[in-house]
Amino acid sequence: MRYHRQLRSLAVLCAAGLLLTACGGGRGGGDAGGQDPGITESEVKLGGSYPLSGPASAYATIAQATQACFEQVNAEGGVRMGDGVTRNINFIVYDDGYEPARMLENTRRLVEQDRVFALFDTLGTPTNSAIVDYVNERQVPHLYLATGASKWGSNTEEWPMTIGWQPAYSLESAIYAEYLKRERPGARVAVLYQNDDFGKDYLNGFKQAIEGSGIQIVAEETYQVTDPSVDSQVVNLSRSNADVFFNITTPKFAAQAIARKAEIGWDAMHLLNSVSTSVGSVMEPAGAEASQGIISAEYIKDPSDPRVQDDPAMQEYKAAAEQYGDFNIENEYGTFGFAVCNTMVKTLEQTEEPTREALMEAVRSIDAENPLLIDGIRVKTGEGDGFPIESMQLQRFEGERWVPFSDVISRYEGNTPAGGGE
Amino acid sequence: MSLLIQQVIGGIAIGSIYASLALAIVLIHRSTGVVNIAQGEMAMFSTYVAWQLTAWGWPIWGAILAAVGLSLLGGMLIERVAIRPVEGASHLTVLIVTIGLLLIFNQAAGWIWSFLVKDFPSPFPGGVWALGQVRLSASTIGVLVVLLASMGLLYLLFQYTKVGLAMRAVATNPESAKLVGIRVGRILMLGWGLAAALGALSGVMVAPQLFLTPNLMFSVLIYAIAAAALGGLDSPGGAVIGGLVVGVSENLAATYIDFIGSDLKVLVPFVIIIAVLMVKPTGLFGQREVARA
Repeated sequence: MRYHRQLRSLAVLCAAGLLLTACGGGRGGGDAGGQDPGITESEVKLGGSYPLSGPASAYATIAQATQACFEQVNAEGGVRMGDGVTRNINFIVYDDGYEPARMLENTRRLVEQDRVFALFDTLGTPTNSAIVDYVNERQVPHLYLATGASKWGSNTEEWPMTIGWQPAYSLESAIYAEYLKRERPGARVAVLYQNDDFGKDYLNGFKQAIEGSGIQIVAEETYQVTDPSVDSQVVNLSRSNADVFFNITTPKFAAQAIARKAEIGWDAMHLLNSVSTSVGSVMEPAGAEASQGIISAEYIKDPSDPRVQDDPAMQEYKAAAEQYGDFNIENEYGTFGFAVCNTMVKTLEQTEEPTREALMEAVRSIDAENPLLIDGIRVKTGEGDGFPIESMQLQRFEGERWVPFSDVISRYEGNTPAGGGE
Repeated sequence: MSLLIQQVIGGIAIGSIYASLALAIVLIHRSTGVVNIAQGEMAMFSTYVAWQLTAWGWPIWGAILAAVGLSLLGGMLIERVAIRPVEGASHLTVLIVTIGLLLIFNQAAGWIWSFLVKDFPSPFPGGVWALGQVRLSASTIGVLVVLLASMGLLYLLFQYTKVGLAMRAVATNPESAKLVGIRVGRILMLGWGLAAALGALSGVMVAPQLFLTPNLMFSVLIYAIAAAALGGLDSPGGAVIGGLVVGVSENLAATYIDFIGSDLKVLVPFVIIIAVLMVKPTGLFGQREVARA
C-alpha cells in the first residue's frame, strides 16, 4: 500500500518537472522502489558463515548439506513464495574458521557487498554473539542459527531480527530435570561443564528447573576447551556422593568422561547433553560397554539408525543428499542441514511480500511440519515465543544404538525456560 | 585418602603424557639447539598414520612400530627440506619455521582424516586394578614403563655412544664440531628423526586416553614445554620429572585448593616453573652453559 502511494507521489513530482534527475536515477540498481536488497523477481539471496576449516570444521558438513538442499529446491523449480512469485535461492557461504572476528568480517561482506536478503544458519555461539548487534542494527534477518544458546530466543525485544532453530540448551536441561523429578526425586547430581556460555546455559537451565524440588547439585567441576583431559574432574565428581552425573561437554571431552567414569567404576546415572551423542564420534570411541545406559534427549532423526531406514522422509533425504551433495549421508549433520533448510523454505513460502519485514512476520508466526524431526515435533513460533523447536524425546544408549524410551515431551512448547548465557 | 591417591595416580598418568612429549623436545633441543614448536603436531600426525594402519587391519603393535619407523624417516626429511635452508640463521627464524610446520601438520591432518573424534586402540591390555576405592589401569603403568624405557635409552645414547657425543658436540658448537670431522648435517637430521620417532611413540601412548583429533597434542604441547623448562631443556631425566611434577601438582591443586579448582589449575605448573627458574634459570636438572671467552 505504502509502495503505491510513494509511486504515485513520485509520478506527480515527475510530471511537475521538478525532479527530472531523480526520476531517471530511481533507487539504485535493479531494486524497484521500496524493495529490500537481495530479492528480485527470480532470486532470493541468503548468506551463511560456517567453520569450513579449523578445529570446528566437522560442522562444515552442515554447510554442504544446506547447499545441497537449496540446490535440490532450485533444480525442482524454486520456492513459490507467499507473494505468488517463484524464486531460486542463491545461498552464499563463507568460511569463518569458528573465529568471531572472521564471522563479523564475513557478515559485513554478505550484508554490505553481496547485499543478501537474510542471513541463514550462521553457526556457533561465540561467532553469532559477535554479529548479533550488528545485524539487528542493520535490520537484516538473522535466521535459524545453528546454536542452542537460549539467548537467541529470549531476547526478542533487543534482537528482533535474530532467531535460533534447534531446542535451547536450557530446555534440554529442564527435560532432564523433569525426568529426575519423576524417577529420582531425591537425586544428588554431580555436574561437569564447559566453562563458557554453552556450559552455563545448560547448568543454569538445570538449576532453575530443579528449584523447589528434592534434587540438589552436590558437586560442580569445569574444564576449558584448551585442557588436554577431564580425568581429574571426573575423579573428583565421583567422590562427591552423587548418584547422577550430568555431563555437559563437547564430543572429545564427552568421550573422555564416559571412558573415565567406567574405568574408575563410578556407578551413577549418566545424563549426556545432546551436543555429544554422535554414535560414530563419541559413543563408539568411548567404548560401547562404557556407554551402556547413558540417557540423553533428541529432536531429530538419526540417518545412521537402522530403524528409520524405511521412513519416507529419510529415504527422500538420502536420495537428495546422494544426488546434490558430496558428504557422508549417514552423518547426522547432513540431516541437520536438510532439516533447517526445510524450515527456511517453508518460511519463504509463507512470506507474503518480498520484504524483510514480511519475512520476519513469517518467521515469527511459523507453524510447520518438518519430516526430518522426530515424529510429533513441529516447528512453531508465535507472539512471545522465539523458539522454533521446543520438544524432545528421551533416549537411552543400548547395545550400539540410541533407543527412545519416552513420548515426545512437549510440555515446554511456547515456554522454553531461560538459560544463562551472557 | 583414597581421593588423594587417585588424584596422584591421575596426575602421574597425565604427567607421563606431558613428559613423553617433553622428551622429544629435549632430544631436539639437545642435538640441534632449537625448541621445536611443531613437535606435538608431528607426533599427532604420526599417530594418525598408526591409526590409519590399524584401520587397514594391521595389529596395533605392528602399526606403532611402522609409524615410529616412518616418523624417523619423516623427521629426517623435514630437517633436510624445511630446517636445513635456515640452518645457521637465528633461533628465532628456526622457531618461526617450526610454527609454520605446526600449522601445516594440523591442517593437513584435518584435511586427510577430518576433525571428528577417532578412537585409537590401546596397545596395553584393558585391565583395571581396584585397591579399595583406588583404581589403577594397566595402560597408566604401560605408558609409564614405555616413558622410563625411552628416557633410559636416550640417556644411554647421549652419554655412552659416539653418535650421542657427536649430537652434544653439534648442539654446543656446530663450528668446532665440523672442524673435528663431525658431519653436522647428518647429525642434525638424525636428531630430528629420533625426536619425531619419540614423538610418534608419545602420540600413540596418549591417543587412547585423550582420543584422537587433529588437536590431540595442541594443549599437551604447552604442558610439555613447561615440563621441559622445569626439568631443564637438556636433561631427559629432568623432562620426565618435570612432566610428572606438572601433572601431579595441577591435579592436587585443583582438588585441594578451593579458590584454584579446575578453573585455574592450568596456572599451577607455570607458577612452579617461574619459581624454579627464578632460583635456577637452567631448570632443575639443566646444566649451566659455560662459554669460552
